[in-house]
Amino acid sequence: MAVAVMRPLSARGGAQSKWIDGQPMKNVAAGFVKPNDRLTALERLEIYNRQYWCRLKDCFYDDYKGLLAILGGRRFERLACAYLERHPSESFTLRNLGRRLVAFLEQEPQWTAPDQRPALDMARLEWAHIEAFDNESKPPLTGDSLLGVDPAQLRLKLQPHISLLQLGWNLDKFLIGVQHGSESREEASNAVELHRGHSRAGVKRRLKAGTIYLAVHRYAGSVHYKRLSAPQFRLLSALKANLTVGEACAEMAAREASREGLESEIAGWFETWSALDWFRALEGQ
Amino acid sequence: MVRDHFGSAEPLNREHLKKLKRLVRRTNTPWISDHLCWGSVDGRYTHDLLPMPYTRAAAKVTARKIREARDFLEVPVAVENVSSYAEFHVSEMTEWEFLTEVVERADCGILLDVNNIYVSSRNHGFNPCDYLNHIPAHRVAQIHIAGHTKYQKYVLDTHDHPVIDPVWKLYAHATRLTGKTATLLEWDARIPTFEEVHNEALKAGQFIHRFEAKTIPA
Repeated sequence: MAVAVMRPLSARGGAQSKWIDGQPMKNVAAGFVKPNDRLTALERLEIYNRQYWCRLKDCFYDDYKGLLAILGGRRFERLACAYLERHPSESFTLRNLGRRLVAFLEQEPQWTAPDQRPALDMARLEWAHIEAFDNESKPPLTGDSLLGVDPAQLRLKLQPHISLLQLGWNLDKFLIGVQHGSESREEASNAVELHRGHSRAGVKRRLKAGTIYLAVHRYAGSVHYKRLSAPQFRLLSALKANLTVGEACAEMAAREASREGLESEIAGWFETWSALDWFRALEGQ
Repeated sequence: MVRDHFGSAEPLNREHLKKLKRLVRRTNTPWISDHLCWGSVDGRYTHDLLPMPYTRAAAKVTARKIREARDFLEVPVAVENVSSYAEFHVSEMTEWEFLTEVVERADCGILLDVNNIYVSSRNHGFNPCDYLNHIPAHRVAQIHIAGHTKYQKYVLDTHDHPVIDPVWKLYAHATRLTGKTATLLEWDARIPTFEEVHNEALKAGQFIHRFEAKTIPA
């Protein structure tokens, strides 16, 4: 039954007319489902088949509003069907539905052509948003715990809800715009669907090319997109790659040798990141 | 929620149960519930509440898993009846017989969804009062009520409408059998104003009070 429930729908939006081995689907359904006085066995099974796709696509549309805005309704619908067919849910929670989307878009760029690059970056940003929303938050690092610790030996770990992203477009602002637009439309009417509210030219105009660095994180119960400078991004990435603070700072100093006041700048960054609880308490504390 | 539902063929997931136990302890949860259904197979999830074949073998396996979960979590467990749109040739008994068989074998509670009974009764053509009259009422730990959507050939459990009169009547019948029982109104799509949902929930009180008035000796 599960295979029948998860099979892609036909072009008319119902169950497929043939089973995997070519048998008529109505015969297969009649083999295990009882008909009633109003519905055939296949029609009863089809209720579950339709609900499955409706539920998964609803969730996918909800999680990837930015990608929908970039691709438009038709391309997004094709992508949703292809992705969900290739990667049915392997988690008890629909929260994880999109966890293979970035890899899927890298392997099969045809679904987002000719907007592969912004689409891929948006998929990364929207997945980071999901991770920031409900990934674990470990006890934060406290200043006292660093007393007497040698920076050459100190390895700082970022909170599990933080993602560091290098993106080729202003997708943070774009996505915030999409989310706000979507919310205001939803308040006005439950029936309005996001993709109907976007003109393709308008969407393209709002996408501005140019490298940005982002930390997607959770603070005080809300997801935030914090812009980083390139040096900040590199330093945090080095820490994330498990370099010691000493190694990461030395790497930074070598790269930014001509920059004046770098030391105090870095001290200020660490102060901000600590205030945001981005670092986890040291192990054993 | 015990993750894979008690009716899935796979064994209970111990790692998930450990996490659930931590949550249960942290929140002082007095009891937990899950649906009497299945939804996943071979690591793939339908995210639906799929109906079970009502067989003795299925009842036995399901009851064993409920007992295992209860023993591991160290809190009582209740199982909730689901709405269904299909029935199987292999079924050996009615849904209420199956529910009774499972809860008696598992010695667990019932989370009685009155709207689900109504929806299934319309889809399968049985008398919903027969369902209520034949389950062990003393095991009912909580009652759920909700709205649904009526299509031309079937009724779908959608939780997006007010509770209809026939469901309120069933609810009144259920409370006569179970006594005053904690009741939850489910409304999770097309949610109207708080006042509307609140007023709908308060209607349950009228039925309970009516029941009390009838049963309190003069």
